[in-house]
Amino acid sequence: MTGLAVLIPVALGLGLLGLVAFFWALKRGQFEDLDGAAARILIDEEDEVE
Amino acid sequence: MTATARLQPDAAPVTTVMVVPGMHCAGCMAKVERALAALDGVEEARVNLTARQVRVEHDPALEVPALVDALSAVGFASQPRGEEVAPPPSAVKPLLPALAVAGFACMNVMLLSVSIWSGAEGATKELFHWLSAAIGVPAIIYSGMPFFRSAWSALSKRTTNMDVPISIGVTLATALSLYETMNHGQDAWFDGTLMLLLFLLAGRALDAAMRDRARAGVDALLRQAAPGAMVVAKEGGLQWLPSTDLVPGMVMRVAAGERLAADGEVVSGASRFDQSLLTGESAPIAAASGDPVLAGTLNLENPVDVRVTAAGSGTTLAEIARLMEASGQVRSAYVRIADRASRLYAPAVHSLAALTFAGWMLAGAGVYQSLVYAIAVLIITCPCALGLAVPVAQVVACSALMKRGVMVKDGAALERIADIDRALLDKTGTLTLGRPLPDPVTLDALPADAAAVALGLASHSRHPLSRALVEALAARGIKPAELTEVGEEAGQGLSALWQGRKVALRRPDSASGIATTLDIEGQPVWLIPFADRLRPDAAAALDKLRRLGIEPSILSGDNPGAVAEVARETGLTGQGNASPQDKQEAIARLQGAGHKVLMAGDGLNDGPALAAANASIAPGTASDVGRQAADLVFLGDSLEALPLAVRTARSTMRVVKQNFVMAIGYNLLAVPLAMAGLVTPLIAAVAMSTSSLLVIGNSLRLAGVGR
Repeated sequence: MTGLAVLIPVALGLGLLGLVAFFWALKRGQFEDLDGAAARILIDEEDEVE
Repeated sequence: MTATARLQPDAAPVTTVMVVPGMHCAGCMAKVERALAALDGVEEARVNLTARQVRVEHDPALEVPALVDALSAVGFASQPRGEEVAPPPSAVKPLLPALAVAGFACMNVMLLSVSIWSGAEGATKELFHWLSAAIGVPAIIYSGMPFFRSAWSALSKRTTNMDVPISIGVTLATALSLYETMNHGQDAWFDGTLMLLLFLLAGRALDAAMRDRARAGVDALLRQAAPGAMVVAKEGGLQWLPSTDLVPGMVMRVAAGERLAADGEVVSGASRFDQSLLTGESAPIAAASGDPVLAGTLNLENPVDVRVTAAGSGTTLAEIARLMEASGQVRSAYVRIADRASRLYAPAVHSLAALTFAGWMLAGAGVYQSLVYAIAVLIITCPCALGLAVPVAQVVACSALMKRGVMVKDGAALERIADIDRALLDKTGTLTLGRPLPDPVTLDALPADAAAVALGLASHSRHPLSRALVEALAARGIKPAELTEVGEEAGQGLSALWQGRKVALRRPDSASGIATTLDIEGQPVWLIPFADRLRPDAAAALDKLRRLGIEPSILSGDNPGAVAEVARETGLTGQGNASPQDKQEAIARLQGAGHKVLMAGDGLNDGPALAAANASIAPGTASDVGRQAADLVFLGDSLEALPLAVRTARSTMRVVKQNFVMAIGYNLLAVPLAMAGLVTPLIAAVAMSTSSLLVIGNSLRLAGVGR
């Protein structure tokens, strides 16, 4: 039974962490350009000398 | 991706958003960003691929045409995005936090509920109920807001919608569960309530995501009207001004191949103008000094100077806009199938719950117990699968259509287009391609070297006829000839040297209609006539429409002769010389006779008709007004999009109806149990998710539709 006292807060805390992370991402505009984010990883940066 | 910042403290960078419809992959993104970043004065360029836009932060000294030129140098057509075509606020965004909270709470409460169902007793059970309440109540209040708000606005207008029974059910179930928790009761329904909200929000979010996506696509296309013009300054210089800054009295210099940004009067030069977007008239109109010209028309031949007489809302468009505002009652009167279903459903559910309460009271179960059973009925009948039945099917069908190049503005359009039985088609730009194409017979007759010279010459010009010639010849696999000393004389044509001989592509001296001549020294002169042609598979597409039980006919603003010719080619009946009012009246007449009318058109003159018809479709090349008024926009040259859209819409409606049968079938099984007081939270959770999964699975069948 004492296990529960630890496990339930842990489970809730982890879930809450995910929720907070999602809200953060939403606010920071991480979902503004889903197609672009998927494509951007393919851009070859090597020839870009700046 | 960031360009080296230039140290120039006196000029704060300005932000310009450019619409670049041609971007579609990582390579395009890299090209666009690098091309812009390489410009002197650009601080940063960042592509948004979803919206097909690039946001450029640059020095105010750098003007928009420089950005357009930089992009066209790497092969992308672009336009600055005007304020009026800025995308409307996203519909899906406000739903996402609610969905996330419902998902989080639902999972955690379900975790606790599973241990209760598997036999947790006494203090543990109480603790779990309290924990569920602590997570559930705030989550329900937060996630339920979209429904509560919508239900409240419906009730305050004395109507009802799907959200009214949902809100009542959710509120009562939460109140009951809280009461049970406080009084050490048997069951709490937080899990079921949250799951219900989760599924409903998922359906809502899908519906909104579909609308957002289609809007982003249409927004990317909105670039037909000239967004600005080169204005001749008093001192003689040229300055580029956006169309919103144009005022009457200014003189614009309009190059060949450009669209006019405002109504005006030609002050110097003479040219011919393609007015097909505005009036449907296919023959170009000649205008010389003193003649009026209209915004949105295409300058075909010579650069001209035009004095602005009316700009912005003062143009000829105002009349058409007024007509469009007046139409559209048919559309706003349309009730979506989900709302129609809930109008029948909500009273049935509420009377069943009332009946249960009355029945158990009569049987002597006491107020408390009767109330518990009545609320169980409300929870079990809450239209969870019903909420998913329509949006999931429509989202799947719309993404299938989008893959085939048809963009649907919203789900209601898909519902309306399913019951069409008449189709009216505009001629210029809809049945035909709406742009002059070289005569294929003449091109076939051209010797290979002459064709190569023609391609070589034409590829040096941005004139619409040259571009059409390049496209047609390149499609025939012809390679351009090597030319030297290429020169273009505005309004006259192109000339060059080929193997030491003089060659030229120029305006014919006397021509009826549009044509160009190919002149190679020492060879006879070739005349290449240009004409607007029917879309390649128009006949097949019209035939398919007929087989779907839809009678097509032509409704055009062009002269009766041109309409008769197309009517003969396609075997349709046609009406010519129709003004925007005439078109609207023709539709009203058919609707009065009980027909459901589909309008297909592209021009500004079709705008009112597109808004008045039961459903409407426009090609991607249509005018702003055409695309905004239409429910569906199809890309590409093929008219096959029409039968495809109708067929898909009809299969979607079939699937939606099957979904309703499934969702209601589940209720038929579960409601008697609930009324008998036999439903536990476990049964409710299982039944709810099974019926939702069934509905989703059935809808996914639509993914292959139209293939």
